[in-house]
Amino acid sequence: MYNEIKSTFSAKIENVMLARTIGIAFLVELDLTLNFVNEVKTVISEAITNAIVHGCLSNENKVVQLNMSYDDVNIYIEVIDKGVGIADIEKAREPLFSTKVDEERAGLGFTIMEVFTDKLEVRSRVGDGTKVIMVKKYHGENN
Amino acid sequence: MAIHIQMAIRKNRLFVRLNGELDQAVTEKLKVRISELIDKYEIRYVIFNFENLHFMDSSGIGFIIGRYSQIKKRHGRIVICSMNQLIERIFNLSGLKKICLVAKTEDEAEKMVEVA
Repeated sequence: MYNEIKSTFSAKIENVMLARTIGIAFLVELDLTLNFVNEVKTVISEAITNAIVHGCLSNENKVVQLNMSYDDVNIYIEVIDKGVGIADIEKAREPLFSTKVDEERAGLGFTIMEVFTDKLEVRSRVGDGTKVIMVKKYHGENN
Repeated sequence: MAIHIQMAIRKNRLFVRLNGELDQAVTEKLKVRISELIDKYEIRYVIFNFENLHFMDSSGIGFIIGRYSQIKKRHGRIVICSMNQLIERIFNLSGLKKICLVAKTEDEAEKMVEVA
């Protein structure tokens, strides 16, 4: 079994809701529990928000991509931006770290992504952008 | 917007009832409105009723921390009531427990600040 969806959004913060709605609609076929779906919804929201706010600096002329797929075992979520990139990925992944301290950001985005998925990979180069890859197992889980 | 907001003020308490989804798009707008109310009415206690809040990500956590810093100078408290399971998970993960009171219902929340 395999299925995939690729979607591209303007880097507008209003589109985060659209992205997570599309993301969970894509998974309807899999008959997942509400709790599991909510976890996916949350990690999409975190990754897309990061891509728009931190990657694209909320520049609406830029775009962010949400690519999702699943096979018999896993769900794969990719969030890509061609934004500013992350200088220190290790630091960015630390709980409570935020580059925008004055803007009431919790610095928990990556922590939530890590807790709610089975694998989180962040690839980034300053000036080129960032790609976040998440893998979440659904088959055989007691979900 | 993805959310419907109802607010009420009683004495030095601000009640914020949220219906929908709380994310960055919502907090950016809500932040301005609520901060103004808190300062104008010298609010000490902010009671968030999450009974009809179906979704919240870490933007919501940042937003609550922001309100806490605002009322901290008046020795105020934040009370959150009627959280659903998912939101409670995010809440527990964030460490917000250390700075917020948690109640089952809005009535219970109000009683908490009466004795506080």
